[in-house]
Amino acid sequence: MKRKMLFAASVLAGAGLFAGAVLAERPLTVVSWGGAYQDAQKAVYFEPFKATGANMIDESWDGGVGVLRSKVQGGTDSGWDVVQVESEELQIGCEEGMYVELDWDKIGGKDAYLPAAVSDCGVGSIVYNFVLGYDKDKIKDAPAGWADFFDTAKYPGKRALRQGPKTNLEIALIADGVAPADVYKELATDAGVDRAFKKLDTIKKDLVWWKSGAQPPQFLASGEVVLTSVYNGRIDAANRTDKRNFGIQWNGSLFTLDSWVILKTTPNLDQAYAFLDFAGKAENQAKLPDAIAYGVTNKGATALIDPARLPDLPTAPENMANAVQISDSFWIENIDKLTERFNTWAAAN
Amino acid sequence: MREAPTDSPVSSGGPECIVRFDKVDKSYDGRLLVVQGLDLDILRGEFLTLLGPSGSGKTTTLMMLAGFEAPTRGSILLEGADITRTPPHRRGLGMVFQNYALFPHMTVAENLAFPLEVRRVGRAETEAAVARALDMVRLTGYGERRPIQLSGGQQQRVALARALVFEPKLVLMDEPLGALDKQLREHMQYEIKHIHERLGVTVVYVTHDQGEALTMSDRVAVFNDGRIQQIDAPRTIYEHPDTAFVAQFIGENNRIEGKVAMISEGLAEVVLADGARVVAEAGPGLETGADALVSLRPERIAVGEAAGSARNRHEGTISEVIYHGDHLRLRIAALGRDDFVVKAPVVGAEHLRPGATVPLGWRPNDGRALPLDG
Amino acid sequence: MADLTTLPDGDLARDLKRAERRRRLTAMMLVAPLFLFLLVSFVLPIGDMLRRSVIDTEVAEVWPNAAAAAAAWDRKSEPGEALFAALGRDIRTSAGERTIATPARRLNYALDNGRSLVLGTGRALKQLEGEPASWRATLLAENPAWGERMTWIALADAAGPLTDFYLLTATDLMRDANDDIVSRPPERSLYLQVLGRTFLVSFTVTVLCVLLGFPVAYLVSNAPERVANLLLILVLLPFWTSLLVRSAAWIVLLQDQGIVNDILQALHVTSEPIRLIFNRTGVVVAMTHVLLPFVIMPMIATMKSIPPTYLRAAISLGAHPAVAFVRVYLPQTVPGVAAGALLVFIMALGYYVTPALVGGADDQMLAYFIAFFTTSSANWGLAAALGVILLSATMLLYVVYARIVGMGRVKLG
Repeated sequence: MKRKMLFAASVLAGAGLFAGAVLAERPLTVVSWGGAYQDAQKAVYFEPFKATGANMIDESWDGGVGVLRSKVQGGTDSGWDVVQVESEELQIGCEEGMYVELDWDKIGGKDAYLPAAVSDCGVGSIVYNFVLGYDKDKIKDAPAGWADFFDTAKYPGKRALRQGPKTNLEIALIADGVAPADVYKELATDAGVDRAFKKLDTIKKDLVWWKSGAQPPQFLASGEVVLTSVYNGRIDAANRTDKRNFGIQWNGSLFTLDSWVILKTTPNLDQAYAFLDFAGKAENQAKLPDAIAYGVTNKGATALIDPARLPDLPTAPENMANAVQISDSFWIENIDKLTERFNTWAAAN
Repeated sequence: MREAPTDSPVSSGGPECIVRFDKVDKSYDGRLLVVQGLDLDILRGEFLTLLGPSGSGKTTTLMMLAGFEAPTRGSILLEGADITRTPPHRRGLGMVFQNYALFPHMTVAENLAFPLEVRRVGRAETEAAVARALDMVRLTGYGERRPIQLSGGQQQRVALARALVFEPKLVLMDEPLGALDKQLREHMQYEIKHIHERLGVTVVYVTHDQGEALTMSDRVAVFNDGRIQQIDAPRTIYEHPDTAFVAQFIGENNRIEGKVAMISEGLAEVVLADGARVVAEAGPGLETGADALVSLRPERIAVGEAAGSARNRHEGTISEVIYHGDHLRLRIAALGRDDFVVKAPVVGAEHLRPGATVPLGWRPNDGRALPLDG
Repeated sequence: MADLTTLPDGDLARDLKRAERRRRLTAMMLVAPLFLFLLVSFVLPIGDMLRRSVIDTEVAEVWPNAAAAAAAWDRKSEPGEALFAALGRDIRTSAGERTIATPARRLNYALDNGRSLVLGTGRALKQLEGEPASWRATLLAENPAWGERMTWIALADAAGPLTDFYLLTATDLMRDANDDIVSRPPERSLYLQVLGRTFLVSFTVTVLCVLLGFPVAYLVSNAPERVANLLLILVLLPFWTSLLVRSAAWIVLLQDQGIVNDILQALHVTSEPIRLIFNRTGVVVAMTHVLLPFVIMPMIATMKSIPPTYLRAAISLGAHPAVAFVRVYLPQTVPGVAAGALLVFIMALGYYVTPALVGGADDQMLAYFIAFFTTSSANWGLAAALGVILLSATMLLYVVYARIVGMGRVKLG
């Protein structure tokens, strides 16, 4: 009998280890992308927010709506409150009811933000672009747009794209003469998808695929590729910290936003709103571009940013001129199908 | 039982030399000689045992003969041909290892066929030879078993058969019975001896067990410090050791130390510290006035009545009597020592009790006076 | 003896049982933590994976009436008004309750534009007041796709509770409008090819690991202890660096402007850079490097247990050292080699970070797609089905392997 109780106690103790971590009062937990970006966020948002007396900690994740779904499944607190998500994760999660529907009055009202940054479940945190990157030291004659990316006669050598269909089909169509604004209309048809893959075929043997955002600047630096699609922030960081002389062609770039969401399972709702409000204020957001070249979402922030810095940012009007926002609804609907197609295409000779 | 040959160590044919070690030195580190100045003739058909404590150079000598170690200096001749640089697989010597070294992934028959296969012997011939070898070690019918399914003694017999199946002129055995228990070991000693006698093959046998060496060998070479101390028939080694080391290493013996007073007609008179005198056979290199050691086998000492009028006659007090079944073992204080050991027959020993003072006697030829080493 | 036999049997049996029970309980207590750990970390996830690959209740939970009606449908006749009505009502309700995204996602797996079909219809029906005269007409007016047989086959497939949809997809099969099982269109027939690629890469890596690891293991197990320890540390060195750093190092070495290509060109072996990374070569090289220790360790363990006298015995029996090695030494290393090879092969099957970093677009292994469907697209059913396919293929191969090598001979240490 005694042994049985001992056994039961040990099982309960084991279970308690898990339960205990969840049940205890815990600080507000904000989750972001890690790396240099989260370091910048720490300096601009997290530490100052804590200085106001808030009890918060930050963690990082690698994205994936599947991760969030497993976090909110069952409806019990899983340890995360505020999460920075990509736009697709925002849309899917919102439709599936994984996030709190925002009360915009608590975070300064919808009018304070760029229209693209406003949605039912999330508030935009940064704007960033997939741009055409190149090394100015090696290429004197700057490429004018994606058409040049596909011109192997004019720019001989390898070029890098992100592995997978997303962004590449858009790039291929723009290069093939589709106006950026019409890209998704074209992709919605089978013929449009065929056209994009056909365009990619023309440079297939010259392509290298990158998987993490850190790779394209490395490829440019080592001379592995001459042209690449790349996050604008990575080019800026390479120029500023590694003293590179990389160039950006903003023409036909693809932009998207990351947003803050509050998980439905949060026990710290008031704290979460307080954080979103803090991170949404123009004077706070204006400090972020100093650290990292992403656009911010509060309309008032642009005026507070150093004018010399503005041309490096996606939100600069001239950079926005011929850019297209990546369509989440298109990709949510087609990502599985086009990923399969992309991989069969890649495997075919 | 076999009569130990005392004069000619060769059982058949003339004293023909099959292996010659010529001034062989071996060093592993360039400083210490494990084997030094080794000159050794191995005679055709003899059973030669290399005996010695560990580190004495006996195994190294065997390995140089097998070809697994190369002499640092000197040469080795096999039937007159220099084999110093011949790789081991071309020497054609059979070898038996302490742990049998039977190949675990092969059956007994495959193990036995192995040396024939690598010699490209025909299939029918191989099968016949394997059958003969199995018969020789009385394991007919075990051919399809794996070594692991055999007892230790059976495995050793297979190892023996495998070393003999290709009819080598010379078989080397490296402590082959070391892993067996006492009873089995004694049994195997006779078995190996009989096979040797039947086949007339030359055997070089390494052991550190002196009993084994005495039982099996035609000749024994006693190794110490990289040198052969004495090489002789077992009986000579036992009864007429040339050096103090050999006397002590082989069999039990009582040490009596003193000074040589005189040597005449092969007998030496040794004066002990307490003035007592002992007469014993003079060993090689003994000089008058020098320190000497008299070695005396416990079973050669007569006690009590039996001491009679032996030329060496002393008295001692029994301190301990131990019953050993076939004999009594007495510890006696005598000649200034308290650990004098005597083996006495059990019959007529009623008076041998602790505390009793008894006469001890032995003939001069039963003791051996040797120069005290060191 | 007489006393013992006259003892009442019941007492003896009871005492024995009690003594045994106490012993068993103690034993169970000792293994309980391990058992719990294995249950939580191994059995449950695999069980869950198997379950998810065939269980399909997402649609039925949100659209209970439509699912029931679709499951009852014979899949041959034209869907009747009752079926349309059940679906229409369920869509309207779920759109109002914001639960419609789940069935939309599920139907999107099987239907092109299935998601916009469901969400669009949901948005429209939310505005609809009262019961329409004909749900069929209403739905068809909203989107003609509701009139297609394929749509209803997909819905019936998703109605649950069991489905073969994911397993079919994972084997490049699908149901057509006539409910027959046919091949998927060529531009979406991917997974069998990827499975084959996964096994090919794993096999290549295993062979290379054994070939490269064998001499190293031999060296380590026969070297003096101090040298052996140093060698062992070098062998284990890859474990001390992170996967990302290791992969990055290979990129630096093998890229077009990398050290290896520079050397090859300096030696005039090649006139222009040869492709060593971001293709199959890179994947095989990097994976072989990472997995090498796993084949070396069991080989060392086995080789250390082979006494050197076996080789000496074979040589003394007249075998040339090379023959002795092949005929006597090599067969005895089989347990270690077999264990190491099995370990490496099974580990290689699950690799996806290394191929993702140093491979090209056509070098991704099955685990990459499992990860993609688990985290990025959250198509857990397909991820589970791919897992089941990989697991089944691996087990099949294991059985064949066990037949050939004999599992009693595999020794891990």
